[in-house]
Amino acid sequence: MKIKNFFYSQKVAPYVFVVPFILSFAFFWVYPLITAFTMSFQDIGAISSDWIGFANYAKLLKDNVFHIAVWNSVKYMFFTLVLLIPFPMLFAVLLDSNLVKAKGVWKAVLYMPALTSVVISGTLFRLMFTEYTTGQMNMITAALGLGTYKWLKMGWSGMLALLILACWRWTGVNMLYFLSGLKSIDTSLYEAADIDGASGKQKFFYVTLPLLKPTTVYVLTISVYAGLAMFLESFMLWAGNSSPNNIGLTIVGYLYKRGIEKNDMGYACAVGVVLLVVALIINFAQLIINGTFKKEED
Amino acid sequence: MKKKLISALLCTSMAASLFVGCGGAASNGGVDPDAAADETAEESAEDEVVTNTYGDPNGTHLEMWTFVELHAQHYGVMAETWNEEHPDQTIEITCTTYPYSDMHTKLLTALEAGTGAPDICDVEVGQFPNVVEGLDQWLVPLNDYAADYLDTMVTSRMETYQGEDGNYYGAPYHVGATVMYYNVGAMSEAMGLTQDEVIAKIDAVETWDDYQALGEEYLSSVNEEGKYFTCVDTGGVDWLWLAMAEYGDDWTGGFTDPANVQLDSVKNMLTMQQDWLKSGFAEVSPDGHIDLEAGFQNIMDHNVVSFPKAMWYMSRFTNYMEEEAGNWYIAKCPVFEAGQKCSVGIGGTGTVVTQQSQNADLAATFLCWAKMSEEGEQHIWDTLGFDVCNAALWSDDSFAHDDENQYNSFFINYPYDVLNDIGMDNIGKISVVSISPTINEYLCTTTLNEVLEDPSYSIDDALQEAQDAIDMEQ
Repeated sequence: MKIKNFFYSQKVAPYVFVVPFILSFAFFWVYPLITAFTMSFQDIGAISSDWIGFANYAKLLKDNVFHIAVWNSVKYMFFTLVLLIPFPMLFAVLLDSNLVKAKGVWKAVLYMPALTSVVISGTLFRLMFTEYTTGQMNMITAALGLGTYKWLKMGWSGMLALLILACWRWTGVNMLYFLSGLKSIDTSLYEAADIDGASGKQKFFYVTLPLLKPTTVYVLTISVYAGLAMFLESFMLWAGNSSPNNIGLTIVGYLYKRGIEKNDMGYACAVGVVLLVVALIINFAQLIINGTFKKEED
Repeated sequence: MKKKLISALLCTSMAASLFVGCGGAASNGGVDPDAAADETAEESAEDEVVTNTYGDPNGTHLEMWTFVELHAQHYGVMAETWNEEHPDQTIEITCTTYPYSDMHTKLLTALEAGTGAPDICDVEVGQFPNVVEGLDQWLVPLNDYAADYLDTMVTSRMETYQGEDGNYYGAPYHVGATVMYYNVGAMSEAMGLTQDEVIAKIDAVETWDDYQALGEEYLSSVNEEGKYFTCVDTGGVDWLWLAMAEYGDDWTGGFTDPANVQLDSVKNMLTMQQDWLKSGFAEVSPDGHIDLEAGFQNIMDHNVVSFPKAMWYMSRFTNYMEEEAGNWYIAKCPVFEAGQKCSVGIGGTGTVVTQQSQNADLAATFLCWAKMSEEGEQHIWDTLGFDVCNAALWSDDSFAHDDENQYNSFFINYPYDVLNDIGMDNIGKISVVSISPTINEYLCTTTLNEVLEDPSYSIDDALQEAQDAIDMEQ
């Protein structure tokens, strides 16, 4: 009887349902998180590990390569935000309107890149951006009379290649987020706006945009994280973790370099902790500014 | 309040997934192309875990891990042969192929934990310092088991997989001897000579000065823009290794000395390369080094007609540049001063036996037999296409001059004739120690880009910068 009571209890049931998540969360997320934090204060050796206090962090402060990695990741994150929020939003609004024919086709075409493996698409982009004359980008620029470039050896063009890859891959995904956000906006609001004589522009800025805000905040949050944690794209584009003058090195790339390539796990964990702190600061700041933490008004 | 909770959860899970995400991303990366590039094309990473069991189900069971499925098949075939020859000592071997970084991480974790490691495991040369750090607490010294073969094994290659205590811990697949590849077809066409005349000129090249003279002769007869005699790498240090082997230098300092990149051998090589770039004798390899798609295309377009590379580069020709069959000739590398060593072993994978093995004795005996005996080497050459380490076979006519072999028929001369000509004692050694990744990485990302992309850049300054960066790590 007691067991039955237990299962039928409205108080207990929710906890029972979330137990699998809490357990896997604790084992696979919280535990590694805490271990990584403690490891960042250690020098991890083959046989034994020593506590070395803040030495790893002190080294990070002086480490120029790490600074380059942070700067690259921040730049990449910033430009992906600039490119991957307004444009997908615009495409979503267009697809939601009556201006576009064959909507299903567009959705599928834009979403398809997200289904391909980064390993494959990264390799293809590497071949497109090769400095050899037969590379696609060099064929285009040569045909336009601009000459050929060493795309993946210069800072600006390397970043451009990364951004083109990111836009190609993520535009469709973000557009779907915005589309689902648009679907949840009550059409009667637009009808009311029509009756009040609002123009298309006014409807977008005063109805669509404010009501899309929860979606925008969500996309912003995951984009900040995704931008800072980018690694595989750069790894594939330069066929390895070493790019000329580290133009393609990201924070996670540096973590991989230290942790896997040089087997210096303690230092790699310190890099990870810094990445975590940077991502948390940026995201908390933007969530506070966006009012996500304010009490619900209704 | 609810929103606050959700936001907090969102942030925590995001934070946590940053760490988890890192591991995930790394393993998705599969292979480290730098490492893979040092191996043959067959040695590309497998994305999936593949497990196969070979041999006698009633025999002693051995576990084996690798990151290249072809390697696993090698042990499979060798296990069958072993069982036929040793009916009283049969084995069953389970080979598991993991992605590159997964396998090395798993192995290190198992060795550190003291449990869970396989009996036998492949270790890529770049990862070897991490694994050999545990010396005989982790690994079984192979000295006694390899003793029967050591006389004819290329010493420098065995030493690559030595531990700090001087024991041999890894069994090599190949020498990876650096040789010079020449496009005799293109050269004879441009220079208006017969193939034999060009080959005679190539064979007469002994020093880099001779090499340069030959190249200038070729370039003056071809007289076309975009044609060079060779290409130099910004994304690889093979040229510098060759220079160090010639002078007997080693920038890692081995196990005892601190690393030092400000060596005369390195300076001489870089100075020569800068001169070549200024005079139009050489170009910078498109995309950084010749072992990439753009490099293959460059070769097929006959924009460069000679370059030094390890023997395993032969498989790039047969896999990616089939139409070049019959054009290419393999020769010794030039040296700075007559009498120097003219080759160096590059890349590789050493196979280890772990102390955790219940049957370490049998595992080590089998491993050394599978990788060093004539049967083993024959199979390595036929299926993996590596220049085998057991020099006894180099002069074996049925082995080295077998026209059925794809490499023997692809190139103008027999590859093993070149190895015999070089001689096993003239192949220099690459030290791989814990500072090695740092040196390679700094040179490939920064130094070589500085001095070769801008041939007027001061080599001394660039090497000083590199030394400063390396000193921070040691």
